[in-house]
Amino acid sequence: MSTYHAIVFFPLIGAAIAGLFGRIIGDRAAEYVTTGLLILSAILSCISLINVGLAGDTQKVMVLDWISSGGLDIDWVLRIDTLTAVMLVVVTGVSSLVHVYSIGYMSHDPHRARFFAYLSLFTFMMLMLVTADNFLQLFFGWEGVGLASYLLIGFWFKKASANAAAIKAFVVNRVGDFGLILGMAAIYFSVGSLQFDAVFASAEALAGGQFDFLGMTVPMLTTICLLLFMGAMGKSAQFLLHTWLPDAMEGPTPVSALIHAATMVTAGVFLVARCSPLFELSPTALNVVVVVGALTAFFAATVGLVQNDIKRVIAYSTCSQLGYMFVGLGIGAYQAAMFHLFTHAFFKALLFLGAGSVIHAMGDEQDMRKMGGLRQLIPATFLMMFIGTIALTGFPLTAGYYSKDAIIEGAFAASAAPHMFAFVLLVVAAFFTSFYSWRLMFMTFFGTARCSNETLSHVHESPPVMLVPLVILSFGALFAGAVFAGLFVGGEQTGFWAGSIFTAADNQILVELKQVPGWVVLSPLVMMISGFVLAWVMYIYRPAWPGEIAEQHDLVYKFLLNKWYFDEIYDFIFVRPAKWLARLFWKGGDGYVIDGFGPDGIAGNVLRVTRRMVALQTGYVYHYAFVMLLGVAGFVSWLMLTGGLS
Amino acid sequence: MTDWPLLSTITFLPLLGALFILLVRGDEETIAANSRAVALWTTVVTLVLSLFMISRFDGSSADFQFVERASWLLPGIDYAMGVDGISVLFVLLTTALMPLCILASWHAIETRVREYMLAFLVLETLMIGVFCAMDIILFYLFFEGGLIPMFLIIGVWGGARRIYASFKFFLYTLIGSVLMLLAILYMYWQAGTTYIPDLMAHGFDASVQTWLWLAFFASFAVKMPMWPVHTWLPDAHVEAPTAGSVILAGVLLKMGGYGFLRFSLPIFPIASDFFAPMVFAMSAIAIVYTSLVAFAQEDMKKLIAYSSVAHMGFVTMGIFAATTQGVQGAVFQMLSHGWISGALFLCVGVVYDRMHTREIAAYGGLANRMPVYATLFMLFTMANVGLPGTSGFVGEFLTILGAFQVSTWTAMFAASGVIFSAVYALSLYRRVTFGQIEHEGLQQIADMDRREIFIIAPLAVATILFGFWPMPILELTAPSIDALVAAYQEALAAHYGGTQ
Repeated sequence: MSTYHAIVFFPLIGAAIAGLFGRIIGDRAAEYVTTGLLILSAILSCISLINVGLAGDTQKVMVLDWISSGGLDIDWVLRIDTLTAVMLVVVTGVSSLVHVYSIGYMSHDPHRARFFAYLSLFTFMMLMLVTADNFLQLFFGWEGVGLASYLLIGFWFKKASANAAAIKAFVVNRVGDFGLILGMAAIYFSVGSLQFDAVFASAEALAGGQFDFLGMTVPMLTTICLLLFMGAMGKSAQFLLHTWLPDAMEGPTPVSALIHAATMVTAGVFLVARCSPLFELSPTALNVVVVVGALTAFFAATVGLVQNDIKRVIAYSTCSQLGYMFVGLGIGAYQAAMFHLFTHAFFKALLFLGAGSVIHAMGDEQDMRKMGGLRQLIPATFLMMFIGTIALTGFPLTAGYYSKDAIIEGAFAASAAPHMFAFVLLVVAAFFTSFYSWRLMFMTFFGTARCSNETLSHVHESPPVMLVPLVILSFGALFAGAVFAGLFVGGEQTGFWAGSIFTAADNQILVELKQVPGWVVLSPLVMMISGFVLAWVMYIYRPAWPGEIAEQHDLVYKFLLNKWYFDEIYDFIFVRPAKWLARLFWKGGDGYVIDGFGPDGIAGNVLRVTRRMVALQTGYVYHYAFVMLLGVAGFVSWLMLTGGLS
Repeated sequence: MTDWPLLSTITFLPLLGALFILLVRGDEETIAANSRAVALWTTVVTLVLSLFMISRFDGSSADFQFVERASWLLPGIDYAMGVDGISVLFVLLTTALMPLCILASWHAIETRVREYMLAFLVLETLMIGVFCAMDIILFYLFFEGGLIPMFLIIGVWGGARRIYASFKFFLYTLIGSVLMLLAILYMYWQAGTTYIPDLMAHGFDASVQTWLWLAFFASFAVKMPMWPVHTWLPDAHVEAPTAGSVILAGVLLKMGGYGFLRFSLPIFPIASDFFAPMVFAMSAIAIVYTSLVAFAQEDMKKLIAYSSVAHMGFVTMGIFAATTQGVQGAVFQMLSHGWISGALFLCVGVVYDRMHTREIAAYGGLANRMPVYATLFMLFTMANVGLPGTSGFVGEFLTILGAFQVSTWTAMFAASGVIFSAVYALSLYRRVTFGQIEHEGLQQIADMDRREIFIIAPLAVATILFGFWPMPILELTAPSIDALVAAYQEALAAHYGGTQ
């Protein structure tokens, strides 16, 4: 039993207690047990980050053997290196704060024990994911967080829209998992192991290798990387597989903060960073990562511009920021991507929980068109949201300023083929980010209240149990960048990461990104200011403008409002044909062809014949069974009488 | 004790119980009560004996163990019993599911209880016999004989269209059986023996193998069932009583796969290799096609039946990949599917006993009134979807891993099954348990009682335990499977090395 067992299994113990005995011990006890265990786990995680990141004490902790078949040997092992330790802190830190916050946020819900069991189960799965020492354990955590996400999105199971969103999240993620499974099969096929160290050690050999895949001869390493990336795209809601994330907002808001902003959706980023020894040797795969990331950052930001649901704006923002992280990975600046993942966890969780506080105050209203003027009514929440917003938009010296700008500058400095494409899209997206973030702030907290007087009279500040987590997160949002920049991407990064992230000898991106021209350094700042100014003009100075612009550019507005029509397109090319095929196979294939020519056809003929034979016309099955038994008996007696054929 | 014919005891003990039931006298009530009790005790004792057998089984050996052999019909046709690492767990699967089936029928079956229990006990003997037989004629008798009690269970205690269903079941299996019997006779004529280890060593001519393989295939493919000879299964399941479905999905469906492993691969390796692409194609189609069909179903049992066909696609794919992971994955998948699908049919049975309908649209919102049921049903739904951490994942993953080494196309179609299974299984779960209760009749529906929980709990434990820790099963089966795969590859190498 080591500290690491405790970190990983405390949440599982909490989940089991709350889930199995929640009715017996009561909601309150379930809340305290799960929350208490998670806080312990979070404290231990912080200690382990110090031990691993600063003192370089990497470890592997054996838990149990799992699968052994032929040459395949897979164990449950906790792998603790800096990359893992960073994720441990993010996961347990945000999770424990979300647990605390939920005590207040869910206080009126009748199923709190179940809720906290799910939250802790999620945390356990996420910890299994980040501590994995082989691809299969990673996949276990990967699917486990998918399950927890499904359960939590559909937590309010009476709501049809929540159920639909839950299934959508699970299924779209499974499209990515399809790639991940094939990727693992390809790795085992070419390396003969799924254990990280063994696979990474053969990266060089893979880079030169080719194999036959679906009738084509393809380069081994690139194929493997792209299949793994497909999994990452699903989990991290990247362009084309992003459609589930906005719908996932059907779940309770603390869930959105924990799973759909700070932790689970960053699993894809973690996967690519973990596999940096593979990706680093495949320029093609890295280029794909850059393009997909940049497209996502841009696309999601455009959609965020026009959404009216406060949670959906933040959801698209998350999607967009994940795109930034992938660009960071794709240009080889894995450390910068992990840095952005780290800071993003603080300010995005802060924004979501802040939005939850707003929703709580407004009596479950999420439409920003019915808010406005809340600044004076819920000043603490406003302050927290304000801090989250400046961190997200990259206000100098806040967390986002360090991590996001590093990626933008890296995109400019990178040598990858599509780096300028990414740079331009990221800078434009930074402008959009600033605009939609301030739009959210202005629509929610400024101007005049647009809700009913009834609602307005009930608006109240959240209780301390909800505000304290916000305050802690806001410290992270303000200072995590300045404090950790040196370790994550600065001069001390080599010692900090200690080989847990692999970079090729000629990959000097972290140095080069500091040598970009001055206008590049300034561009995100300029974009941030212009976004703010435009939002101010449109939502404070001339509040009539947004409506007019939307009317004049109806097509563009509709296009953005309907999220580029992805849901409609997918419905048309996947969902409907699948339903049509399903019925065709069932009624046509099974019913008409197979049964028609098979048993029913034969049966029809047999019946026609037997109808003339009085003895058998009943059609009772045991008659046939009896006949068969007679047949068997006949054969056997024939054998005995003839003495066989020999 | 060493000479005691343990396997024969386990095999024929249920038959002895059946004889006891025949002796039961009294009024209808008494007969029913005593029949239930005798059946339960018999199956429990059989289970205990088979557990004892497992405890004495040497897991490090690839050989047949507890071998019994006595001369029987003709020279060369002996009464021979024995189990190896491949078959021993199927015996346990059968004996473990049986008491649960008897319990599940406790209240559900009210008419002709004596005959019902009789049929189940006879069925148990025949099923155990299939996995213990070391002589192919003996195997055949058990294998085909098992159909008769199953016909009766569907045909007598089944639903409205039971005659059609059992008739269809019969027609499909008949054709396969006749062909297999002819093949067996031919093999006896050729090899002069029907003792399975001797047949494995015989080495039939490549051209002869082709025909014999096809004859066996006709029988096993129907039993699996493989696409396109699967259409009897949904009908049989729909009409069968709950316990009948559990046994059908849990054990009878495994006989085809077991047959492939026991006969097709070891005795006809060259033909197996030759036909493997065809089997791959049929497996891939089974996975994609039946998953889609499952999605369109309106009847809970039919949906699960179609999903079984898809899951059996992984089994056939794994077996004919003929790699260690493929075969081991296939065996694991068969065992795991045995308790997962059994549990799913029990879940359907729970609500069917209350509402007397299997129509999905007649339900909705059960989670509101049945939290225990919703939890267990969720567990088995996730196991059916192949979530890691449940036993459903291990087999699926190993078979994909095994198939990838042989055919990336097949592996790709199989992997796409993870998407489809999520679609149909989760939409079934949603329509049954989530949402508001809208049907008047469901307002007062009661959650699972203790008996129902007691029946399903062992299956839940197995699903989770062997999901996290499949090693006991993998270790027990490894020596026999390694030997099987090695012999298979050797036979191929000898054949192709020889002809080149």
